Amino acid sequence: MTEPAAPLLSVRDLHAYLGPSHVLQGISFDVPRGGVTALLGRNGVGKTTTIRSLMGLVRPRGSVVLDGAELSRLPTHKIVGRGVGYVPEDRDVFAGLTVRENLELAERNGSARYDLVYELFPELDERAEQKAGTLSGGQQQMVAIGRALLNENRILLVDEPTKGLAPLLVTEVARVLERVSETETMLLVEQNLGVVQRIARDAIVLDAGRVTYAGSTEALLSDPDRVRSLLGVAGGAH
Amino acid sequence: MRRALGIVVAVAVFGLLALVPKISLDTHGVFSSELNSPGTLQLLGLMLVFGGVALTYDLLFGFTGLLSFGHALYFAVGVYLTAIGTTKWDWSLPKTLAFTALIGLLLPLLLGAVSLRVAGIAFAMVTLAFAEAGSILVDKNPHGWSGGEEGVAVAFQKLPESFVGVLNTKHLYWLALAYLIVVFVIVNWAVDSSPGRVWQAIRENERRVEVLGLQPFRFKLMAFVLSSFLATAGGVVYVLLIGGATPQVTTPSFTLALLLMVVIGGTGTRWGAVLGGAVYTFLDNRLLDWSDSQTIQDLPKALRIPLSEPLFVLGTLFVLLVYFLPGGLAGLARLRPRRGGVALLDEVAAAPGAAVEPEAERV
Amino acid sequence: MDTFVLLTVTGLALGAMYFLIASGLSLIYGLMGVLNFAHGAFITVGTYATWWSESKLDAIGSDPLRFVVAAGFGLLCGAVLGALVEVVLIRPLYQRHIEQALVTVGLSLALIALVQGIWGPTERIYPTPKWMYETTSILGAQIPNDRFVEIAAAVVTLGALTAFLRYTRYGLIIRAGVENRAMVTALGIDVKKAFTLVFAIGGVAAALAGVLAGVYFGSVDPNQGTSLLIFAFIVTVIGGLGSIPGSAVAAVAVGLIQQYANYYASSGTGDLAVVLLLALTLLVKPGGLAPKVAH
Repeated sequence: MTEPAAPLLSVRDLHAYLGPSHVLQGISFDVPRGGVTALLGRNGVGKTTTIRSLMGLVRPRGSVVLDGAELSRLPTHKIVGRGVGYVPEDRDVFAGLTVRENLELAERNGSARYDLVYELFPELDERAEQKAGTLSGGQQQMVAIGRALLNENRILLVDEPTKGLAPLLVTEVARVLERVSETETMLLVEQNLGVVQRIARDAIVLDAGRVTYAGSTEALLSDPDRVRSLLGVAGGAH
Repeated sequence: MRRALGIVVAVAVFGLLALVPKISLDTHGVFSSELNSPGTLQLLGLMLVFGGVALTYDLLFGFTGLLSFGHALYFAVGVYLTAIGTTKWDWSLPKTLAFTALIGLLLPLLLGAVSLRVAGIAFAMVTLAFAEAGSILVDKNPHGWSGGEEGVAVAFQKLPESFVGVLNTKHLYWLALAYLIVVFVIVNWAVDSSPGRVWQAIRENERRVEVLGLQPFRFKLMAFVLSSFLATAGGVVYVLLIGGATPQVTTPSFTLALLLMVVIGGTGTRWGAVLGGAVYTFLDNRLLDWSDSQTIQDLPKALRIPLSEPLFVLGTLFVLLVYFLPGGLAGLARLRPRRGGVALLDEVAAAPGAAVEPEAERV
Repeated sequence: MDTFVLLTVTGLALGAMYFLIASGLSLIYGLMGVLNFAHGAFITVGTYATWWSESKLDAIGSDPLRFVVAAGFGLLCGAVLGALVEVVLIRPLYQRHIEQALVTVGLSLALIALVQGIWGPTERIYPTPKWMYETTSILGAQIPNDRFVEIAAAVVTLGALTAFLRYTRYGLIIRAGVENRAMVTALGIDVKKAFTLVFAIGGVAAALAGVLAGVYFGSVDPNQGTSLLIFAFIVTVIGGLGSIPGSAVAAVAVGLIQQYANYYASSGTGDLAVVLLLALTLLVKPGGLAPKVAH
C-alpha cells in the first residue's frame, strides 16, 4: 500500500478578519495534487475570503504551505510568483484595456501560453483589440480565465466562474475547466453543484468560518440530507 | 467616573489660565518677556483663540470625518466683517457683531448645503474653491472695503474702553479664554448629544447611518454650520486681539495650518485640537525669535538656515509626528494604544463599507 | 482681434503649465490614492534648481544652451526628488492614504521654507534666454515667444505620456493600476516600482512647469509653486483624477477662461470663474469630466 501523496496545498488554522468580523475562524484543509477540489458553502460563509487570504489580498493568520513553501507572510505578487493563478469572483478585468492588453499584463516570464489560451477561447483572438469593458459577461469570464492560464501554475484558484452566466456558457466554462484540470490542480469555489459534480473529485465545505466536510464530492452529493444540512440547498446535484 | 475627572481637570486648567494675568513670572526665554506682560498675554491670547478655532475644525474633520480645505473662510468672515463694519461702514460694535453673527450662520448654511452634495475629495475641493473665491474677493478689494493687501484696522473708537490700550491686553486675554471655554463646552456637549453620536457614526460608516433611516446630509450640515459659526466667532476675537484684518487669514495655507493644528494635537479627542492649536501658534511665533538667539546663530550654516525658518521646523515636526505619533499629542497622554485620530480615519478609508464597531469608550 | 489672439495664446500657455502639474497629480492620485501636496515643492525645486545651476554654468558660452542644460538639471532634480519622496516618505505608509497626504503637506511646508531660508523670500530674476522675450506676430498680435515654448512643452509631454502609457509595459501597469490596483498585484506584478516611477514622472513634469513658470513670470520666488498648485488641483479635479486626457481638456478650459474673464470682465473675475467652474463640475459630475476610476 503506497503512502498517499503529499498535498499540493496545505492550509492550517487560517484566521481572517474583515474589519472586526472574524470571518475565518481557524480553518484547515488540504488540496491534493492534480484535479479539482471544490470549495463549497452557503453565501457569505467565507469562501471568497478564503481564496483572497490564500492570495494575500486579505492578511491571514495561520499557515498556508504550497509545495513546501510557506505563503502566508508573503505579499500578493510574490505569492503569485510562486505559481498561483487566480480567477476572481467578479472577473475584475481591466475595462479600459483591450483584450490583448489584459492578457499581456498577465505575462509573468518568457513562456506565455497564448496558443493554449486562444485554442480554448478563440474569441479572445478575434476580439484582441476590443476594450474589455465592452465585452459581455461571458466574454469577460473568458478573459479572466484566459489570463490565469497564460502561465503554468502550480495551482489555480478559481472563484465562482459561472456566476451570472447563461446555461450554455456555464457548460462551456465547465468544459474548459475540466480540460485545464487534466494538467493543473484547481481549487474551485462554485455554487453550481452540477458543475461541481462534473469536474470536482474532492470537496471541502465551509460553514460559520469552519470546515464541516472534507472528502469526496461523490460521497457528499449522493446524500441529499447531507447536502441540505451542509449547504442549505434541496436535494443533490442534477 | 472618567467624565467627572475630565470636568475637574478642565475646570482646574481653565481656572489656572484665568489667573495668568496676575502672575508675574520670568519665563526665561520661553516667551519674550514675563508671563503677564502685554506682549506675552497677547501671544497667550492668540494661542487660546487658535486652540478654540482648531477645536471647531476638529468637530468637522475629527469627529464628523468631513475633510474641509476651506474652514479658513468662516474664520476670515469673522475677522473681516468686524473690521469692515466698524470702519468702512461706520456701524456700532453691537450692530457689527449682530450682522457678523447672522452671516456666520447663513453663509455656512448656504455653502454647506451646496458643498455637502458631494463627499470625500470632491467635498474637500469644493470647500477649497469657495475659500479661494473668498480670498480672491478680499484681494479684489471691492469698494475699497477689504483693504486688499494691507487689510483693515479695527476702529478703536468703537470698542469698549476696557478693550483698548496696551495695558488692557489682559482683558482681551480673558476674552480669548472665554471664547475657548465656550467653544470647548459647546463642542463637548454637542459631541455627546444624539446628533453628536450620529456625527461620529457618519465618520465611521456613512452608509450604515443611511441604512438606519437617518439622513446623513442633515447631520453633516448641522456640524458644518456649528463649526463654521464658532470659527467666525473666533475670527471676531482674533481681530480684536491683534487689532486688524489681513488677507493672510483667507489663504488655503491657513486652513492647512488648522489641519496641522488638529493633527498635531490629535483628531477626534476633546482637547487634543486645543493643545495642537496652542502649540502650533506658540511655535509659529516664537521660533522666529529663538532663531535670532545666539545659540542658533552660532550653529553651522547647514543647521542654522533650516532652523531659522519656522515653517521648516513645523513641517518637519509634522512629518515626524505622522510617522511616530499618529495619535498626536493627545495620543501621548493615553496609556494604551488609541483607536482614534488619523489612524482611525485611515482604517475607515481603507475598508469602505466594512462594518466598524463604534468605540465603546468615550474619548 | 489681436488682443483676443494674445489672450488665447496666453491662456493656452497658462493651461500648458497647469496641465504639466495636473498630469502628475492625476497619475499619482489615480494609481496610488495619494493627494500629493508636495507637488508645489516639486515645482519650486524645478524653478530654483534651474536658476541656481544656470549661474554656475558660465563655461557654456551660448545663452540658450546654458538655459537648456540648466533646465535639464532642474528636471533631473524633479525626478530624483519625486522618487526619493515616494521611497522614503510615502512607501512606509503603505495604503494609509490620509497619512500619506498629510506627510506631503508637512514636506511641502518644510521644503519651501528651506528654499526660502537659503535664497530668501524675495523674487529673483530668471535667466530666460533673450529670444523668449522677443515677440512673433500671429494674426496681427505680438506674441512673446515664451508662450510657444510653454505650449510646445505641454504638447510634447502629453504626447510622451500618452505614448508611454500606451506602448510600454510600465504604462500598461499604470493604466491597469489606476483601475484596480489590487488586481494588478494579483497578476504577480510588484506595483511598488510603478509607484516610484509615477512619483518620478510627477516630479519631472512639475519641475518642467517650474522651469516654464520662471520664464512666464520672469522671476522666481518660493511661493510661486503653491499658487500654481491650487489651480492645478482644480484642473485635476475637473478633469477627473487619474485621467491624463481629462487633465489636458480641463487645463485648456481653465487657462482660457481665466484669461478671457480676467480681461473682458475685470481682474480677478477669471480666477473666480474658475472656482465657480470647479464647484459646478463637481456638483453635476462628482467624478470630474473623465469616467470615474475605481479604487
